[in-house]
Formats: sequence, structure tokens, C-alpha cells
Amino acid sequence: MTSLVLLEFDAAGIKQPSRSAVAAAQKLGEVHALVAGSGLDAAAQAAAKLPGVTKVLVADSPALDHLLAEPTAALLLALAPAYSHLLAATTAVGKNIMPRVAAMLDVQPISDIADVVDADTFVRPIYAGNGLATVKSADAKKVITVRAASFDPVAADGGNAPIEPAAIPDLPSVSKFVSAELSKSERPELTAARVVISGGRGMQAGENFKLLEPIADKLGAAVGASRAAVDAGFVPNDYQVGQTGKIVAPELYVAVGISGAIQHLAGMKDSKVIVAINKDEEAPIFQVADYGLVADLFTALPELAAELERS
Amino acid sequence: MKILVPVKRVVDYNVKVRVKADGSGMETAGVKMSMNPFDEIAVEEAVRLREKGVATEIIAVSLGVAQCAETIRTALAMGADRGILVETDAELQPLAVAKLLKAIADKEQPKLIILGKQAIDDDMSATGQMLAALLDWPQGTFASKITIEGDLMTVVREVDGGLETVTVNLPAIITTDLRLNEPRYASLPNIMKARKKPIETIKPADLGVDPAPRLTTLRVSDPPKRKAGVKVGSVAELVSKLRNEAKVI
Repeated sequence: MTSLVLLEFDAAGIKQPSRSAVAAAQKLGEVHALVAGSGLDAAAQAAAKLPGVTKVLVADSPALDHLLAEPTAALLLALAPAYSHLLAATTAVGKNIMPRVAAMLDVQPISDIADVVDADTFVRPIYAGNGLATVKSADAKKVITVRAASFDPVAADGGNAPIEPAAIPDLPSVSKFVSAELSKSERPELTAARVVISGGRGMQAGENFKLLEPIADKLGAAVGASRAAVDAGFVPNDYQVGQTGKIVAPELYVAVGISGAIQHLAGMKDSKVIVAINKDEEAPIFQVADYGLVADLFTALPELAAELERS
Repeated sequence: MKILVPVKRVVDYNVKVRVKADGSGMETAGVKMSMNPFDEIAVEEAVRLREKGVATEIIAVSLGVAQCAETIRTALAMGADRGILVETDAELQPLAVAKLLKAIADKEQPKLIILGKQAIDDDMSATGQMLAALLDWPQGTFASKITIEGDLMTVVREVDGGLETVTVNLPAIITTDLRLNEPRYASLPNIMKARKKPIETIKPADLGVDPAPRLTTLRVSDPPKRKAGVKVGSVAELVSKLRNEAKVI
């Protein structure tokens, strides 16, 4: 029984959510990894170093740049016969591609797994994480996305897998990449950060997110937001932590001016330590916070920045 | 251009759903049901395209129990022209829904199908992508902006690090993200008007689809509970606790 994991990568190597997907696949047996796009030498080398990967397939074609769903799904469909399980991380890329592959294979995908019970049985959150469903698939082949926050990623090196070119089928050209506007930030990515500090509607305006920055700088934290803050237009949607945004599980999560709606808790309640700063002492966020500070964030944040600066 | 908008009846987003005592599923009896929030965004986008003269007819489709007609009625009140209810008491999973929707699309020949990016009950985020695959159409998922010129649609997509712009040939699938639009509230006159709009009711068998689920839910359990922690009196105390007790900074 061998699994194939579609990897995402950037200049820094294989992305952490993909390394978590490899960790999930290891629970199922042998693991092969796939990198797709063009100019893949560095990515293939990085994939070969992932512990537990026994083969790296390289699909080198400019049509696979940016991992558009239509050609990438066609590639996975062509590779599928050799594999029992096809996996990717639950990211914008994985969510876009994997259900498409599943339908082509006449398989019901298993989205966002949080645990592997056996080769057919998986645990996945439903209703914003208010329930954990154990589901058993009757499909011969499984198509899976992996909740990165639920699996410790494999290390970035330690392995030495052989690299082989993948046979590339005819790829559809019904879609085209035009451009990407990625948020430029020196900070870690939300889903990979050890510390996350998020602001909510209580921040009152986008410019007030600046108050989080000195604290994020000091703690090496990523900056996130609640859906309410995104809806209010304070920050872009890629900041969103929650059921309909990103799922994070950092060592430390600091929720500032966030009331703690179900949809937000769904995205952060697996964090190791949660801090809440809110002026409403009845806010539901305090029910999940390890440390709660009832305070006006506009005085507490500068104080916190100063306190961290001092020591 | 005809637009198809599938709408799902789900537990209202304000309801905190609990696991049933016997672990067989979630307790959904007697709770308030509403249209899936992302599907409201889908209906709104379709209505706006008609207001701009791009779309000519909007068909709202729902699949499931008889009460899904209410969800269709909500879409009709927002501006959809007619409805199709695929009525069944059986559990429908995204693969079956995608197959049923494909059969409807084959018959109705829409040029665009707009779906929510995920339903807030099963959180699968799969149906739109699967329908695109079955129709062999391109897909613009997690859309925050769409522009249609002739047979080409430009889609701005919400991706992990920001935004990505792609173009897709029509016919195509769109799945909606939060910032695509803000759905309107149906006005009273439009709610009254919606009562007269037609809803056709059919069965899965009429579409030649076997909707049998592929996933069996063995059990549903409560997520691990977090204990409420302590309140601290000052920022200094907070920093001290994080440093010396939790040891995370």
C-alpha cells in the first residue's frame, strides 16, 4: 500500500503543511512525493530529503506552474493507478485540486482529516470542530486532505529518496494563471508560526492592527484576525483564522479584541496556550483561554509591547 | 446566460450544535435551519450578474428533505427566477450531490454555476470542485471577484498568502469566498413575489443517479474540552505567567 503526497514548495523548501501531510501518509504505509511545475531541481532535492519519503516524482511542465486545478488534477489522475491513497494538505491548493481528482476517480474525498485510524478510517472535524466524526470510506482509493495543525510535520531533512520523472499526460488548458498578489511579510506564515497574535472587531480599524506589530516582532509571531475583522474590512482575508479561514495550532495564541465566536474558536482552539485580551469579561473567548486579561486593548497592547521590550 | 445556483439547507450559523449523547451524529432536531451562508453569497452574485445584464435566468437548486423548498424560496426571494428541488430523505454526500447537479446541468445547460465554497455543517469544501470535474469545466474556487467578458471569466481567488488571479473559459464553476459580495436581505414584496415563482420537484432516480453514500460515519465524539484558565490582573502578570509558568515566551 503506497500513498502519493502532492507537495507545495517555495524558495525556502517544502512548505510545512505539506510536511504534515507526509506525516499523515506515513501512518498508512510507504510514501511517495510529487512535485509539479517547472524548474523543479531545488524542490525535488528538498522533497528527497523528507524523512520517510521513498520516492520523489517530478512532473516538469510549465503547464503545471502555479498548480492550477485542471492540469494538476489531470496529472494526479494519471498517476493514481499506482497508489492506494492520494493526499495533500488542507490548503488553498489542496482544497482546490483534491476534490476534483476524487470526482474524476468516482471517489468521495475525505476532507481535512485530523487523525488516521486505519487505511479506510479517518477522523475529521465537522460543524466547525464541534464534533469529531470517525468516517470509514467504502472507496477502493482514498483522496484525502490533511489538517496540518493535527499532524506534527516531518523534518525538512534526514531522508535521501531517489528522484524520478513522472509521466505527464495531456494537460487541459482551460484556465490560465494571470497574477498573484501575495501579502509581503517578514513574519512567519500563519499556519507555520510558533506564536500567533490575532485581532478582532475590538481593534475598531485596520490601522490599529499596527499595535500588534511590535508584539509580533518581539515574539516572532504571525498576525491573524477573526472573521469579524475581515468582514469589517480591517485586514485581508488571508489573515482569517477560523472555520472558513486558516486552522492554526501554535504554541501560543494571543486573541486581542476577539469575542470568541464558534467560527473563530474552530480555527485556534487546538493551540497549546491561549491568551485572551478583551474588555468584556463575559466574552466567550475567556472560556477557552489559559490566561485572560480583562482590559482595554488600546492600553494593554502598548503596555504588553513595553513589557516584552523591557525583558 | 443561464446561471445555476445550488443552495444547501444547514443548521443556522448562530446555533451551537452539540454531539448526540449516543455519539451517532450531531443534535440537529428542532434547531433553526437556514441557507448555508456561502450559498447566500452565491445567490447574490448571480442576481448582481443579472442586474448587470450578463445573466438572463437564475435557477436555484436544493437537494435533500422536503423542507429544502424553504431554502429555495429564500433564493427566489433574493431574486432567483425558479427552483428545482431534488427531494430525498437519504443522506447526500458531496460526490452524490455533484452527480445530481451534473445531471441537472446537462438538462438546463447553464453557462455558469455558482456554489458556496463550503457548507458549514460537513465542512467538506468539495462539491464545486467535484461538479467542475464531472462536467469537465474549469473552476474558479474561493472567488473574491469575478469579471465576465464574452466567453472568458477573470476570477480573483483567495489563496493562502493573498490573492491569485486566473482566467477560465466559460462554461465554468465558481465557488464563493467571503468578500465576493454582501448578500441582500429579501424585501417583503420580493418575499411575496417569490411565493408565486415555480419550484419543480424531482427525485434522484429521475436523474439516473445512485446517491448512496461512500463514507459511513462510525461515531461522532466531542472535541477535547479546554479548561477555562485563570484571569490575570495586569500585563506584567500576564508576561510573567507566560514566561515562568507556561514557558512559551
